[in-house]
Amino acid sequence: MLIQISKSELQNQNSRINREKRQGAIKLTGTTTSESQIKNPGLEKISGQETGAKAEAKGKYGKYGGQYVPEVLMPALEELVEGYERYKNDPGFLKELDHYLKDFGGRETPLYFARNLSKKYGAKIYLKREDLVHGGAHKLNNAIGQAILAKYMGKTRLIAETGAGQHGTATAMVGANMGFETVVYMGAKDIKRQQMNAYRMELMGTEVRAVESGSKTLKDAINEALRDWVTNVENTHYLIGSVVGPHPYPMIVRDFQSVIGREIKEQIMEKEGRLPDSLIACAGGGSNAMGMFHPFTEAREVRLIAVEAGGKALKCTEKAALHSASLCVGEEGVLHGARTKVLQDSYGQILESESISAGLDYSGVGPELAYLADNGRVTARYVTDDEALEAFHELSRLEGIIPALESSHALAYLKKAADAGELGELVVVNLSGRGDKDLETVFSQMKGA
Amino acid sequence: MSSKMEAGLRSGIGAGVKAETRISGISEKFAELKGRGEGALISYVMAGDPSPEATRDIVSALARGGTDIIELGLPFSDPVADGPTIQAAGQRALAAGMDTEHFFELVEGLDTGIVRIPLVCMTYFNLVFRYGIEKFVTGSAKAGLSGLIIPDLPVEEASELRESCEKHGLDLIFLIAPTTPGERVKKVLDRSSGFVYLVSRLGVTGTSSKVSGTTKELLARVETDIPKAVGFGVSNGSQAAEIRKAGADGVIVGSAFIKIIESGKNVNERLEALAKELKNGILEASRKGE
Repeated sequence: MLIQISKSELQNQNSRINREKRQGAIKLTGTTTSESQIKNPGLEKISGQETGAKAEAKGKYGKYGGQYVPEVLMPALEELVEGYERYKNDPGFLKELDHYLKDFGGRETPLYFARNLSKKYGAKIYLKREDLVHGGAHKLNNAIGQAILAKYMGKTRLIAETGAGQHGTATAMVGANMGFETVVYMGAKDIKRQQMNAYRMELMGTEVRAVESGSKTLKDAINEALRDWVTNVENTHYLIGSVVGPHPYPMIVRDFQSVIGREIKEQIMEKEGRLPDSLIACAGGGSNAMGMFHPFTEAREVRLIAVEAGGKALKCTEKAALHSASLCVGEEGVLHGARTKVLQDSYGQILESESISAGLDYSGVGPELAYLADNGRVTARYVTDDEALEAFHELSRLEGIIPALESSHALAYLKKAADAGELGELVVVNLSGRGDKDLETVFSQMKGA
Repeated sequence: MSSKMEAGLRSGIGAGVKAETRISGISEKFAELKGRGEGALISYVMAGDPSPEATRDIVSALARGGTDIIELGLPFSDPVADGPTIQAAGQRALAAGMDTEHFFELVEGLDTGIVRIPLVCMTYFNLVFRYGIEKFVTGSAKAGLSGLIIPDLPVEEASELRESCEKHGLDLIFLIAPTTPGERVKKVLDRSSGFVYLVSRLGVTGTSSKVSGTTKELLARVETDIPKAVGFGVSNGSQAAEIRKAGADGVIVGSAFIKIIESGKNVNERLEALAKELKNGILEASRKGE
C-alpha cells in the first residue's frame, strides 16, 4: 500500500535537495552534518552510518562488520581510516572526484522512465541507468573514488579482486588513467567464463593473475588479493569492489557508490515530485544496492528491496550452495575480514556459491546490508537463474536495453513484487550494468535449452 | 581414558583442577627451557593431513626430533594468512574429512610420549565463532590443548574469546607483525599470554631462504617478559640459529615440515631429522649466546 508523503515533508525534501545542489554535486555521506541528520538522530542506527568518529572507528553495524584480518594489515586499515577521514572533505579531493565521475565516468546517469515495462506491471517504473557508466557498470564509481584516495595516500600500486570482471575492468581503467601499477586477481574458473573481460583488463596494462586455489572463483580471488596485500602493504592499496571486507571498506565503498542514490533522489523529485514507493537492486556483495539505498535509509516510506541470486535452487549440498542468497538464508559468520551473513556448513567452512551471474556469485554479503536486512529496513528477496534470464530477455525486447545478468535479478523481481503487492505505484530499479558481457552465457544457455 | 589423563597432565589442565590454579603448559615449557638456557622449537603441522592416523605418527616423529611445542592446524576453507603449502595441506585435510569434532578427538588421542609437549591449535576465527566460542574453548581444554592461535583475530575483536580462554586456562596467542607500530605492540602484549608470535616478514606463511633484517629489528623492538617466538619463512637449522641468536625464545616452523608430508616419502624419518636439525641450530645458538 502506498504511503503518501505530507506536503511539509515534501517541502523539506525539496529544500534539502536544493541545498545539496548549491553545495555541489559531490558530497560523501557522513561528511556533512546536514540539518536532516541533526533532526533525525535515528539515522545513525538505521543506516549504520556513524557520524561520530568514535562510532566509526569500530566499523560495526549492529553485531556485523569489524576487522577480522591478520595483524600485518591492521596498521594499513588504520591508515585507510585516517586517510579517508582526512581527504573525504578535502576540496581538492572532491573536485577531482567530481571531475572523474563526470568527464571520465559519464555521470550523471539518466533516470529513465521505462514506459513499456511500466505498462506491463501496472506501476511507474524508472531505471537508474548505471549501465551507461564508462565500462558498463556502476563499479567505476567506487574505483574512481578509491584510486584518487590511494593517490592522495601516496600508494603506487593497486590490487583488486574480480568475479565477472566488471570491478577488475573498472580498476584497470582508473589504474591506466592515473598511472598505477595494477594487478587484478581473478579465479581461474572465472577467467575461462569471462575470457574477453580478462583481455580487456590486459589491454589497459593490468596484470591479470589467475587464482588456482580453492574453488577458483571470486571468494578465492579475494583471499589471494588479501595475501598480496599482506605482502605488499607498504606501497599497495587494495581496491575492494564491494561493500564487503574489513572496516573501513564497507563504509568507503558505500559512500562512493551513494552517488547512485543521491542522483535518484534528485531526479525522481524533479520528475515526480515525490520519493518512490520502492527501490529495487540486486545484491551479491551489495555495492549497487547500498549505493542506491543509503541516501534513502532514513526515508522510511521508501521500501528498499535487495534481490539475491537464487541460482538453481535455495538448497545446499555438502560442499556447495546452489545459490548465492546469503542475506536470505546465510548464517552469521566471519568472512573476508567482516562478521556478516555467510553461506557455510555446520562447522563454519565456507560453501561455494552459485549463480548464472558471476557478479552475484559470492558466499558472503556486506555487513551493513546484513544489518539492514535483520532490522527490517531492507527487504531481502531472491530470484532464480531462470527468472533472471527471463527478465534479461524481457527488458531487451520491451525497452531495447540489454541488462547485465546481475541487474536482471532486480528486474526479475518486478513480477514477484507486483504479485506480492510490494511494488507500490512508483518504482526505481537499479540497472547496475549492461548485458554485453553476458551475451555468451545467455547464448549458450539458450542453445542448451 | 589414560590418554585423556595424559593429555590433561601434559597441558597442566587436569580434571578437578580449578581454573585459577591451572598452569599454562606453554609458560611452564618456556620457563623450563629458559632454566636450561634453551630456546624452543615450535613445530606446526595440519591436523588430518593426509589422514588423522598419519597425524598421530607425525606428531610422535616431531616429538622425537626434539620439538618443544606442537601447533596443530585445524583446516579452514579460506585461510588468508597462509601461503600455498599450508593452503594445500588444509585442502588435503578437509578432503580427508577433518572437522572441529574430529580435531578434538584427534588431539585427545595424541601420544606425545613421556616428554610433556604443549599442544596449540591454530585456526581461523569463523570455525571458533561457528562452533560457539565457549564451546570451542571448553572443547579445546578438554582435548588437552594449551592454547589457541587465530591469525585473523586481532586483539580488538578478541575480547570474548580471551575471556573464555582465561576462564578455562588456555593461552590466546597473538601475532605481532613488522608493520605493527610501537603503541600497538604494547596493546597486543598486554593481552598476550603463553608466548607472542612475531611474524618474521610481510607476507603469508611459507619457506624462504634467509632471515631478513626485518626479523631482527622486530625482535629488538618488542620488549617483553613474555616469550617471543618467530615464525613465517623458517626452514633450516642455520636460520633457526640466526633467529635464536637475534633474541628469540622460540622458533616456529611449519611449511618446511608440511613439504615433507606432502612428498609422502620417508615422512616420519625426515620430519624427525629436520626437527633435530632445527633444534640443534637453536641449541648451538643458545650456547654461543650465553
